[in-house]
Amino acid sequence: MDKRHKLSYLLNAVGVAAVFALLMLLFASGIFGTSTTYIQGICTTACYTIIMVASLNLVVGFMGEFSLGHAGFVSVGAYASAIVSGALAGKGLPDVGLFLVALLAGGIAAGVMGVLVGIPALRLRGDYLAIVTMAFAEIIRVCFCNFSITGGGKTMSGILKLSTFPRAFWVMVVCVTVMFLFVRSKYGRTIQAIREDYIASSAAGINVTFYKVLTFAISAFFAGIGGGIYAHYMTAMIPTNFNFAYSAELLSEVIIGGTGSLTGSIIGAAFLSALPEVMREFSTYRMLAYSVVLILVMLFRPGGIFGRWEFSLTRTLGALPRRRKAKEGV
Amino acid sequence: MAEEKTVPVLKCQHLGIQFGGLKAVDDFNLEIGQSELVGLIGPNGAGKTTVFNLITGVYKPTEGSFYLEGQRMNGKKTHQIVHAGIARTFQNIRLFKKMTVIENVKAAMLQKLSYGMPQAILRTKSYWSQEAAITERAKELLKVVHLSGKEDLQADNLPYGQQRRLEIARALATDMKLLLLDEPAAGMNPTETEELLEIIDYIRREFKISVLLIEHDMSLVMKICERIQVLDFGTTIASGTPDEIANNPKVIEAYLGKDNEEKEAWEDA
Repeated sequence: MDKRHKLSYLLNAVGVAAVFALLMLLFASGIFGTSTTYIQGICTTACYTIIMVASLNLVVGFMGEFSLGHAGFVSVGAYASAIVSGALAGKGLPDVGLFLVALLAGGIAAGVMGVLVGIPALRLRGDYLAIVTMAFAEIIRVCFCNFSITGGGKTMSGILKLSTFPRAFWVMVVCVTVMFLFVRSKYGRTIQAIREDYIASSAAGINVTFYKVLTFAISAFFAGIGGGIYAHYMTAMIPTNFNFAYSAELLSEVIIGGTGSLTGSIIGAAFLSALPEVMREFSTYRMLAYSVVLILVMLFRPGGIFGRWEFSLTRTLGALPRRRKAKEGV
Repeated sequence: MAEEKTVPVLKCQHLGIQFGGLKAVDDFNLEIGQSELVGLIGPNGAGKTTVFNLITGVYKPTEGSFYLEGQRMNGKKTHQIVHAGIARTFQNIRLFKKMTVIENVKAAMLQKLSYGMPQAILRTKSYWSQEAAITERAKELLKVVHLSGKEDLQADNLPYGQQRRLEIARALATDMKLLLLDEPAAGMNPTETEELLEIIDYIRREFKISVLLIEHDMSLVMKICERIQVLDFGTTIASGTPDEIANNPKVIEAYLGKDNEEKEAWEDA
């Protein structure tokens, strides 16, 4: 690792810490008055939505396969983590430890489900795969409606309230960082090659099926972690929360943000999960506005708002002095 | 014979495939020695690309078998065959269009990267050194196909002839022993074709690889191939040196048609 990379990692870490400090400062200053908890809640929602959307972007944007069943993996993670945290509660683990163990359990459960679904489903491509993933998500939902451990179709309540904003924020940072490093390694290069041309990929020595299932499992793993935060934030959930509409919502956030851009996923998810709350007064027209936004994006930016562009703090900071110099030159 | 001791790079024995009632390729026999350049010609629909698809594992042969350096390859998957040492280019160019030129080449070097998921995510030393090594190698290969300086362009922004050469660089990146070129000169102008021939010649000498070539441009085939095999309706109708093929009446009839003089005159023009 050369100096340039070290510097850029340091810069990004500082940037993330600054964002976190700013948000915490805003909450502490009481600028929002009585709605501080409410806004903190929206930010937590944004954090887990970002994880879910970014993980779906791995499959949809980077690997180029449509999945309409992401909510299925989210629900596996949500229920698995809720069950684990329920079983381990009061066993002497500190809250943070319990939270992380529950999330990891949720992620692993969803990842395993990703492998199980991926092996048969990823033999298909395009529309066919989309339909099969949708069907799998429905199967998972129906299973949760019938297992007694998940409440058997009734609300599963009494989940510990472990998802605070700072915890959700840092879990989100770690998840997105890992996904980013994954994309910027041989794995990302390989799945992008598969997206571009799977025949040429196998002619270039790529085991297409293996990398597809791997990516699908990783995507499911992070979806499960997102689901875990969701469960410990809501503290109560019902399988119908994870229906097709939820998958479609996640997918549309990926598409609006930009397929193949994690920046797009972060901003798209943060914006769109806050939007319904901001527009609560116009709740009747909310879904209408949502659809209009989607149509406009599809018409004018078919690749999503950010396309495949990624934000780079190093690049932005590097551009600033250059611009100043250019101005002075004039 | 002295050559009997050396194992041929590729050996096809009675290779054939049947789609329903149609025998697309029947009783295909071929031996390619080291650094040899063999041409595979035939009219449209003769089964040339099907032979490529058989050898690269896209189709599974229904009859016969083929060997790479004595190792039986039947039934192996495409990526396994590539790892064993057979790489190809495509008749209709298949690049990773929205990726950069150098990423196109690096994508084919997966075998050279042994780091795993933890190393990739923790960005360990092995990650950096291996990535640096393949970047270096990819640049060398781009130099071989005269694409130096175009590393960071998006692949589909390259002109046609350069896209063809990039495909060759990507194939080279797999470290193959046998290169299958499917109409590499199609759509190229004479200058581009000339450059391509130089490159093919160079990689044969430098990398000691054998080449099996499908080509419609007869003058090109006659000029560079050491041996030629002619297919028609899935069966081999002739094989031999370019001179033998050019004078083989069966070939002239099947490939060039009976009004051969007229065609030749047209090609010369």
